[in-house]
Amino acid sequence: MSEQTVRLDIFKTYKLYVGGKFPRSESGRVYEVQDPKGQWLANAPLGTRKDTRDAVLAARAAVKGWSGTTAYNRGQVLYRVAEMLQGRREQFVAEVAAAEGLGAKKAATLVDAAIDRWVWYAGWTDKVAQVAGGANPVAGPFFNLSTPEPTGVVGVVAPQAGHGFSLLGLVSVVAPAIATGNTVVVALAERAPLPALSLGEVLATSDVPGGVVNLISGRTADIAPTLASHQDVNALDLAGAIDRDGPGAAAALEASAADTLKRVVRPAADPSAEDWTAAPGTRRLLSFLETKTVWHPMGI
Amino acid sequence: MAKTNKKTEAEQPVQPAKASGLFEYAPAPESPAAAGEIATSYGHFIGGRFVDSSGSEALKTVNPATEQVLAEFAQGTEEDVDRAVQAARKAFADWSSLPGSERAKYLFRIARIVQERSRELAVLESIDNGKPIRETRDVDLPLVAAHFFYYAGWADKLDFAGFGPNPRPLGVAAQVIPWNFPLLMLAWKVAPALATGNTVVLKPAETTPLTALRFAEICRQAGLPDGVVNIVTGDGRTGAALTAHPDVNKVAFTGSTPVGRSIAKQLAGTRKKLSLELGGKAANIVFDDAPLDQAVEGIVNGIFFNQGHVCCAGSRLLVQESVQDELLDALKRRMGTLRVGDPLDKNTDIGAINSAAQLARITELAAAGEQEGAERWAPECELPGAGYWFRPTLFTGVSQAHRIAREEIFGPVLSVLTFRTPAEAVEKANNTPYGLSAGIWTEKGSRILWMANRLRAGVVWANTFNKFDPTSPFGGYKESGYGREGGRHGLEPYLNVEALDV
Repeated sequence: MSEQTVRLDIFKTYKLYVGGKFPRSESGRVYEVQDPKGQWLANAPLGTRKDTRDAVLAARAAVKGWSGTTAYNRGQVLYRVAEMLQGRREQFVAEVAAAEGLGAKKAATLVDAAIDRWVWYAGWTDKVAQVAGGANPVAGPFFNLSTPEPTGVVGVVAPQAGHGFSLLGLVSVVAPAIATGNTVVVALAERAPLPALSLGEVLATSDVPGGVVNLISGRTADIAPTLASHQDVNALDLAGAIDRDGPGAAAALEASAADTLKRVVRPAADPSAEDWTAAPGTRRLLSFLETKTVWHPMGI
Repeated sequence: MAKTNKKTEAEQPVQPAKASGLFEYAPAPESPAAAGEIATSYGHFIGGRFVDSSGSEALKTVNPATEQVLAEFAQGTEEDVDRAVQAARKAFADWSSLPGSERAKYLFRIARIVQERSRELAVLESIDNGKPIRETRDVDLPLVAAHFFYYAGWADKLDFAGFGPNPRPLGVAAQVIPWNFPLLMLAWKVAPALATGNTVVLKPAETTPLTALRFAEICRQAGLPDGVVNIVTGDGRTGAALTAHPDVNKVAFTGSTPVGRSIAKQLAGTRKKLSLELGGKAANIVFDDAPLDQAVEGIVNGIFFNQGHVCCAGSRLLVQESVQDELLDALKRRMGTLRVGDPLDKNTDIGAINSAAQLARITELAAAGEQEGAERWAPECELPGAGYWFRPTLFTGVSQAHRIAREEIFGPVLSVLTFRTPAEAVEKANNTPYGLSAGIWTEKGSRILWMANRLRAGVVWANTFNKFDPTSPFGGYKESGYGREGGRHGLEPYLNVEALDV
């Protein structure tokens, strides 16, 4: 009888993040996630069309509250996400390294960039209305003001390729959408969903109300078309629509989205060449906004 | 020293009192001759000159007030569209590299020529479209000129428009416009496209091509380089060929939601940029503390302006239950004074319905309103014998499920619904796939802002309705489309902002 000297690690059961909770897939199924060399990393929930529809319900229910919070408050919440992510930096370095096949040093740079990206968007929440809106000098005795408002529920096909896609890429598409008051349902990178699923745990402890961000792992070809055709999704970010054909291809998703006239952000011409460390600009921040213009007569 | 004229009051003629309360007006017709010469047939305007179509099919445009044929024009073929796109492509390099200050001058010239020729254009528009001369003269044409004047000023200031340094144009813009404000929609499309350095191929609607073809002459008078503006006429087939053309970089469409949807589908998987201004079913919400007389004027302007052929028309009246009777009495009284008839008569309030097809659609939907149980009312008024006419009509007892509360009628038909609380008003107003505009009538400022915040619509008019201005962004939420026309926002659909961002 020899004494045990090596402690066995505790594996994590990865779960979806829907409505602020961590359900397993309704399918009861999982799929194997491997690193780029084919090494098994974990089992991820095989999210289904039904899981996706449930997530849209949660996202819709969260719109009123989240879009109704003050911009200052949303900024504080997004900053809180950065704080929580900072605290779990080492975990994410390991997950990103495994997901993207990178060394720890490169992965750490990407995690740091992801943290900083939350900070960037935290600062935008109470500035975007002044940048994107304003008073209009109409030729008459009227008060006339244009303000940006959130589009509503945004379906996101998370980046599946490009430098830093697994965490930084995800943050780069989720944070701008929620910064302006939208809620999102995200089809996670099919082959590398683990950093994203862990991000759900960060969001759940960062004062982000349940339903504002919903994360579904599984087959892109199941989840993305469900988002594209869903009557209660208002916009679609196709950042990670890398399939060339089939139901998950960008053209098919965009065509499906046309039925309800969703606002669509197309993927880059070559999504696998996308460098998510590049400065984000304001394109995504401004993509899921509607301009409302209010008129009122002036007089006594 | 101000002079006072003490005789003024005494010299005021005494207005004769009328027992009926409705004054008789002598006819005050504008001269049709002021429209200038209308050719018997028109080709397309491509590469700076009028050319014949490659096909032989011709369409006719009629005066909807008389049903008389005004002119024949070409049904644009795919080959015609291709020639026009090629002309626009050829012109693009020089036009886009012209200094913004020079592009601006062309647009200022166009604005000035439109002002100079505004009477001619107003009369021509009334004849071809059927809308009252009072509206073409006082609304359409002043706004057309103002729109060109506004965007002219942007052409050399794009660096400062908030889209990053040196924003670039997209290339060739394909633009398809509707028949309800033919020249104004042309201005909304062409002015920002040219200011930002794009060249355009524009297809006017098949029932109202004449002012667009007259605009081609204005481009020539302004010395606009050949191919910068090309106009191809025809029906939906021509439009589909244009929006599908592989060498256009931008598609801008104003029209119905079903067509907008099909264009969005057509463009899926391309890199063409799309902006859509589609249908609407706006709620005009009247609270019990509203200034009722003003509200009545706003309701009338909201639904009967331009025969109700307005995508942002206030076609659903939501009135607070406690003032329903009072408001409807006043509204009916006011509707009884509306003058329906000759569009060229300066006293006319409601002109002709634009086409037989549109009249049939309005008639069908109004009949559906009755069949579904709503109560129909229209003032007694005589309608001319020839032409397409529809009396201003309102329906009471309308439920949210009725077709007349859900579908865009695009005619002078108002559906009246009621509400009790502001929350209910918001719920009902937003209960539509559309989201173009909304109206709020109340004297309480905080309530206006509370409501405006919750209405899912791109334009909210509070204690006013159907106001437009080139500086004010216009466009919809939800299935009313995307992109904005007017203001700084109106530049974005014509600029390559993605390239700047990366």
